[in-house]
Order: sequence, then structure tokens, then C-alpha cells
Amino acid sequence: MIEAKRPRLELLSQAFMERIVDEALTLLERHGVMVENAEAVKLLGAAGAEVDRDGQRTRLSRKLVEKCLASTPPAAALYDRSGAKAFTVGGDEVHFDPGSAAVTMLDHDTQSERKAATPDLVAFYKLVETLDNFHFQSTGLIASDVPAPVSDAYRLYLGLCLSEKPFVTGTFRVEGFAPMRDMLAAVRGGEDELRRKPLAIFDACPSPPLKWSNLTTQSLIDAARAGLPSELISMGMTGATSPATIAGTLVQHVAENLSGLVICQLAKTGAPVIFGGSPSSFDMRKGTTPMGAIETMMIDAAYAQIGKLLKLPTHAYMGLSDAKVNDPQAGYETALGAVLGAMAGVNVISGPGMLDFESCQSLEKLVIDDGICAMVYRLLAGIAQRDDPIALGTFEGFTAGMSFLSHPHTRKWYRKEHIGGGLADRDPFDAWVAAGRTSIVDKAHTDVARRLGAYAAPPLDGAVRKELDRIMAAYARAAGVDELPALDL
Amino acid sequence: MTKNELFPKMSEAIVAGDRAAATTLAEDAVRGDLDLLEVIEQGYVPGIQKVGDLWEEGEYFLPELISSAEAMKAAMAVLDPELKRRSLSSHMGGRVVIGTVEGDIHDIGKNLVASMLQAGGFEVYDLGADVKLERFIEKAEEVGAGMICLSALLTTTMTNQRRLLGLLKDRGLRDKYKVLVGGAPASRKWAEEIGADGYAENAVAAVKLAKSLSGRT
Repeated sequence: MIEAKRPRLELLSQAFMERIVDEALTLLERHGVMVENAEAVKLLGAAGAEVDRDGQRTRLSRKLVEKCLASTPPAAALYDRSGAKAFTVGGDEVHFDPGSAAVTMLDHDTQSERKAATPDLVAFYKLVETLDNFHFQSTGLIASDVPAPVSDAYRLYLGLCLSEKPFVTGTFRVEGFAPMRDMLAAVRGGEDELRRKPLAIFDACPSPPLKWSNLTTQSLIDAARAGLPSELISMGMTGATSPATIAGTLVQHVAENLSGLVICQLAKTGAPVIFGGSPSSFDMRKGTTPMGAIETMMIDAAYAQIGKLLKLPTHAYMGLSDAKVNDPQAGYETALGAVLGAMAGVNVISGPGMLDFESCQSLEKLVIDDGICAMVYRLLAGIAQRDDPIALGTFEGFTAGMSFLSHPHTRKWYRKEHIGGGLADRDPFDAWVAAGRTSIVDKAHTDVARRLGAYAAPPLDGAVRKELDRIMAAYARAAGVDELPALDL
Repeated sequence: MTKNELFPKMSEAIVAGDRAAATTLAEDAVRGDLDLLEVIEQGYVPGIQKVGDLWEEGEYFLPELISSAEAMKAAMAVLDPELKRRSLSSHMGGRVVIGTVEGDIHDIGKNLVASMLQAGGFEVYDLGADVKLERFIEKAEEVGAGMICLSALLTTTMTNQRRLLGLLKDRGLRDKYKVLVGGAPASRKWAEEIGADGYAENAVAAVKLAKSLSGRT
């Protein structure tokens, strides 16, 4: 039987990729990278990096970078909350997770954005738990009713209480990491167990061009030591915070990612690192950062190809839109990004649900996007030979009056070959009119309610839950926060 | 095999769309000299009812529906001659004439409805596609049908559904038949507008409608 061929998008030639990596290495060697974290600077200095007198600009030799590249695992492992289900972040695996850290929600009834609050985050987690094409959760909303000093840990706390899926998360302040790690370890039953079976990815964003802030650098160090994968989110904006050319931005992107990778490896040799990002084609008229621009997607696909050349797991912010509501733009930008990212073999694709330049989440969009991801997974599965001979057998004994509808071959294969339409409209025109001319957004809204109604919390051990509560309360106390939003989880 | 063993197997064969098993089990029933009406009502019919339920729950799609109907047909092909020999009939639903109206060659939907009606206990006379309107009436008169089912997939041919009702009226035959319409452009509203007796959006709904119109539940 002839196996399916994986559809693959490759935008760069081998020679072009090598040139880009070569320039990135030269950039790190000559120009260096700013690191605003004393511990990292110390680690870099000890490893032979040349540190400026002001103690922040560090120049990394090719040798150091190559050594660190060699010690970085080609794939990261993630496990769900139960520890039973494993996910490989590497190779050609594709995992979607919702776009993270939105500050607003699109309110379906008013079609306006409003500040997100804890009940929104709870609904978000529950909904994502029911959407099979998102393998990972993300701490997707910043709840405005949670005091800022505990906001990062509180998002994860809620998520761990409500969901079985692995998390893509991150810290908002240096102190946030310890309680977050402790909660993850509490679920696993210890830090060693967590190291063996990571439950979360930590996003860390360098500041373009070529700078690592104290917070993000600390996250790299802490995650590396905890054995948790760091996802490096370089986000140059073409012509604003990175060179205007796509290839120029790729040079900076690779340099930023590699410098982050070096910090991780120096903190802990062999630490899992994901070559990721959220760069964008800067809009020179509006001054905005369109995630739905085709050039943004081209940058993403191209750096993912380079990540693969470097034998690293990859990530990108794709499958999201800059539209403000779930209109045609939201659909086409999301679908285009999801397809291109998956064909480029990006291992973690963050974006579904997201509108308005990574700032607004929509429950309806999550449901619609889950359907897009289902199509993408079908595309990735490709076309396989199912029978030998391919079709001749089905024509044996076939007579004029027969149709394939009642053929056993149809019943055997149609569900494996075809995924069905989901929420997409496939009614004849009059049936669509008769059904009330319902738009996909309205169907999605109904589906959200149905899913939230059907959600059942995956069972969590009582002692673990108690420990999560204790860690969260202690962190809140230490941060001077007396009260957290009341919840009945 | 006793009835208690046989009946669930018959139902399962229909649900699985297994023609061979449905046939073999029917042959067993004939050989075992069972009450064949009971075999149909308690063995096969629960299977086709289950298939209807699975369709309505969204579990079953067209291939399952048609395979199950075909399995039912295969079983009936064994049982019907035996029933006839014993001067009995399995067709508690009465006779139905069905076809796609003239000018329209689409017949997948019509075939499905025909198969499901047959599986639902109706004696079905399927005239095929692109059927002259006269032919529906001729056939219905000839076999003593109680129901005429008209399919149309095009907005241009669905007007023939209205024309048939006119023909029936002109000949004073309108009250003799229940007329059901279906097909993509048809709707409940359309059925009301042209004075048909009913519309169903799919084959499972069509069987339910036909049963209720013929006084079966």
C-alpha cells in the first residue's frame, strides 16, 4: 500500500537558509544581544561570551551557540494532567492551542469587545476542554478582576482545576514562576516527576531588536531548571523593530531565538527549547501589527523551516485574525494561517479564538476555528492508498442501477476518508432559508452553549486540589492580595 | 435458534447493514417455520427503527441508511414469497407510487426514500426518474396505491409537483391519494402552497410522515 505523502510548504532554499543562519550567527558574534538579567549575564560570561562594560551587551561566539544548539533536544515532550497522554513537540507533529493572553472578550450579543473577567476565563477553559482539535490549553485570557500581582499564577491555577490538557503559559513577573512551577509539580506529585513529564510550556518573549528583558530571561532560566520547555517568542515588526525585508527579519529572528536558546542551555544543559515566535509585517499606514498579513505568515513558515534545519521543535502564532468580529476576514486569515503553519510543519500553532491583533478572544471563534483545525488535520493526513487494487474491486459486479451509496466499500471508508462539514453550511439554498438563514457565528454561539452545558470537569485528586489552593493562597498573601474572585469550580 | 436468539440478530443485521446476515436469518426463520409476520415485526422492524433513531441522532449518515434499507429489502425478498404462499402480506403500510418528476433526472434522494419506505413496510412502486406525470396517476390507479410521492431536485422541475396535483383535481382523483413532495428545493411551505398532503426533509422523516398519514404510528 502506498502511504500518504505529507503536504509540505518550504519557502526557502537550503542555500538561503544557510545564509540566514550564518548572518544570524555573525550578528550574535559582532553585535551581540542585550541581556538585562544579572544571573544570565554571569552564566554567559562564564561560558566565554564577551560581556560589555555596562554588563548587558553580550557577544556570543559561533562556537558557544553551536555547542548549545547541539545540546538542545530535537523534540520536547508534554503530558496531559493525568500524565497518561503524551504529546511530542517535534518532527512534523502539529498541535494547535488557542491564542493566549487576550485582554478582551468579544461579546456575542453586543458584538463589542469588553474587558475579560474570571467567569470568561472559566468558560474559555471549559470550552477548550471540549474542542478536540486543540491539543493544548493556553492561559488565554487576562482576567481584569484578578489583581495584577497574582494574575499569571491565577490563570494557571484555574486552568489546572478545570482542564486535563497540557498548557501553554508564561509569567507576568519574576516571582510568578515559582508558584506556577509548584502547582504543576503538585499535579505531578513532585518536581522530578514534573521534569519527567512536563505539563506546561513557558512562553518567553525577547524585546526586538535583540534584547532579553529581566522577566523573560528569568523565565528562561527557571523553566530550564525545572525541565519545562521554553517557547521563544521573537516578534520583530518588519521595518519598525526589525529589518523591512522578510529575509532581514528572519536573520534577526534566528539571532534572537538562538540567544534565548543559549541562555536556556547555560542554565541547564539539555533543557527543552522551542524555536518560536510572533513576528509581524508592520502596517506602515496604521502602525499596527497584522497577524493576518500574508507576509507575517511567510515569515512564520520560513523561520519554522529554519528551525527544522537546526533540528529544533517549532512554534508560531498562526491561525488567528486581526478582524474585530467573526466576519469573512476572521475566517480567511485564520484558515490561511492554520493551513500554511501546518503545512510548514510548525509543531505548536497558537492562535485559534483570537481576534484584533492577539488582544481579543471569542468563544464563537474558538468553535469555528476548531472546525478549521479539523480540516487542517485531514489535509495533513494526506491521500493514502486504501485498497489494492485502488478501485477496480469496487466495480466488480457493479451494474447500471447501482450507486456507491449502498456499496459496502462506502460504508467501510467514507468516515475515514471524509471528516464531514461540522458547523459549515451545506444545506441547499431553500433548506438554509427554511432553517432561518443561520450564519456560522450564530451556529457557533449555540454550539458554545451546548458544549458548556455538556462540560464535565475531569476528575482531580482531592489532595492535589487542596495543594493547588494552598499554593495559590500563599502566593496571593505574599503579593499582598487579600481576595481573589469567588469561584465555584 | 429460538425466537429470542433470532430476533435480536435480525435487528443487528439491519442496524449493521449486513445484507448477507439479514438474508440468512430470514431463511432460518422460513426453515424453522416461524410466524413470519412476528419475525418481521419483532425481528427486522426494530432494527430499521433503530437505524432511523441513529440517523436522527446524527450517528448514521446516508451510506448506513441505504445499506440498512438494502439489508431490509434482502430479508423481505426471502420472506415475501413465503408470506404470499401463506396468503399473508407484510405490507401493513399500503401501496406507494414514487418517482422523480419529468424533466429531472436526479434520483439519489428519491431512491433513498423508496428504500426506506419499503423497509418501513410499504409496498413501493418506484417509477424511476424523469417520470411523466400521467404515469404516476396510471400506476397509482393500476396498483390501488394510497399515496404518491414526488421528488424534484430543481426549482425548474418542482413546478411539476404542483401540476400533478392539478391533474389529479381535474380528474376528480385528488381525494383518493395522499401526495407527498420532497427534494432539495421543496419545503413545508411549498407543500402547503401547492396543496400537497405533506413534505419531509429526508428519508427517515418521509417514512414517519407516510406512516402517520396512513394511520400508523
